[in-house]
Amino acid sequence: MLFKYKDFISTINLSKEEIFEILDTAKHMKEINKREVKKVPTLKGKTISTAFFEPSTRTRTSFEIAAKRLSADTVSFTSTTSSTTKGETLLDTIKNIENMHTDIFVIRHKCSGAVKFVADNVKAHIVNAGDGTNEHPTQAMLDLFTIREHKNTLTGLNVAIIGDIDHSRVARSNIWAMQKLGINVILYGPKTMLPSDTTPLKCHIAKNFKEAVTEADVVMMLRIQLERQNKILIPSLREYAMYFGLNKTSAKYLKKDAIIMHPGPINRGVELSTEYADCDRSVILNQVENGIAVRMAILYLLGMQKRRTDGSST
Amino acid sequence: MFEIEICDENELKNRINSIVEFIKDIINKEINNNSFALIGIKRRGAILADRIKELLSKFNNIFIEIGYLDITLYRDDLSEISDLPQLLGTEIEFDVKNKKIFLIDDVIFTGRTARAAIDAILDLGRPKQILLTTIIDRNNRELPIQPDFTGKFIETAFNDIVNVYLKEIDGKDEITLTRCK
Repeated sequence: MLFKYKDFISTINLSKEEIFEILDTAKHMKEINKREVKKVPTLKGKTISTAFFEPSTRTRTSFEIAAKRLSADTVSFTSTTSSTTKGETLLDTIKNIENMHTDIFVIRHKCSGAVKFVADNVKAHIVNAGDGTNEHPTQAMLDLFTIREHKNTLTGLNVAIIGDIDHSRVARSNIWAMQKLGINVILYGPKTMLPSDTTPLKCHIAKNFKEAVTEADVVMMLRIQLERQNKILIPSLREYAMYFGLNKTSAKYLKKDAIIMHPGPINRGVELSTEYADCDRSVILNQVENGIAVRMAILYLLGMQKRRTDGSST
Repeated sequence: MFEIEICDENELKNRINSIVEFIKDIINKEINNNSFALIGIKRRGAILADRIKELLSKFNNIFIEIGYLDITLYRDDLSEISDLPQLLGTEIEFDVKNKKIFLIDDVIFTGRTARAAIDAILDLGRPKQILLTTIIDRNNRELPIQPDFTGKFIETAFNDIVNVYLKEIDGKDEITLTRCK
């Protein structure tokens, strides 16, 4: 096994081989999810705690189901029900739960870097379930897994990521991972929703929707993150939908065999119109299904390794 | 440390044939009342299962379901080993319910692999019976699990290593014993 990190925080340090190892492990996990008894005893006796300091349905449920299918015990707490509302610091909260002999934490936090900070300061394994606008590495892995399932390959594909790039942790994790695999990533979005400096992303920025999707094998629509916008970035949702959304008018530029992805939750009628969210080419629900297998793979790879002392993480 | 030959190509073939005979006899006796399946434990048990299926098909066209089991996720020593093994994946497409299953592996040693395999199969459903067959039975069992049929018994010390080489992955058919003094 190549994967030897204590934590799973980011895709930026992963090698091509390590990414393939995660995807291959997930492939075998997926078989378990199709059985009548969807459970293996692998993580029996391990405790996995999901600590979400930001709302989530998909990711938290997905991690909990993944943990239970591997027979781990799961505990979950959210910011509203935890002592953080009484003023306890993030690290204190996690350290307290860690001392109840938790082996793995799955953490989501609104601040970029918060999960890495926790990982550097505790002995337990930490999985990043989304930190602010920084990264959402398990989403990137399940996206790659889904793309590979539909396209049978990854290297050499063209992927268009469209929408609120600046606020998107999904985009960032995907960009880092895809570039390792030789996937060509094109970005498109309103100027106000692109990073002020796009050079570190090393991606081509399309000038219009047509240019973004014409060559794309995969079209990944991002969610407009209304909760993360403290200033007005677009004139109106209607205008956004017209110029940056996937709808009847813009869909005619798509390649016939292009697949449509979305990390969810969808703002129907904004970035994605209903007819394309639910069409044959949409793999959005496959993404959700594959999320379980990918998260099982990551929990397995982390939970089964002997605890390392050098604390390296990715 | 030295390596001695236990089975050459010819002998290995005979041992596999004896397993085929064992399975064939049971199938012939019970063909009207039961359905049967072979499950090979990856990797070498799976290869042996393929060969056994092939040999069985020569007798009155006996058809038998075949599946392959990866027991990694059921191992009881996963957290002890430093290098986590690569998952190979379980491929059992048929329903194990009410089937008589011939579980096939190359060697039975501590019995822990067989235990893991039995647990893995039971998670897929309730078979009527599981029969364990291996080419080599060596002593040093750590669990009260005994095979129903084996090709050959050899006396070993716990530290000895039985090496099963199969053409499909090792380029030759041979079984050797490495004695560690």
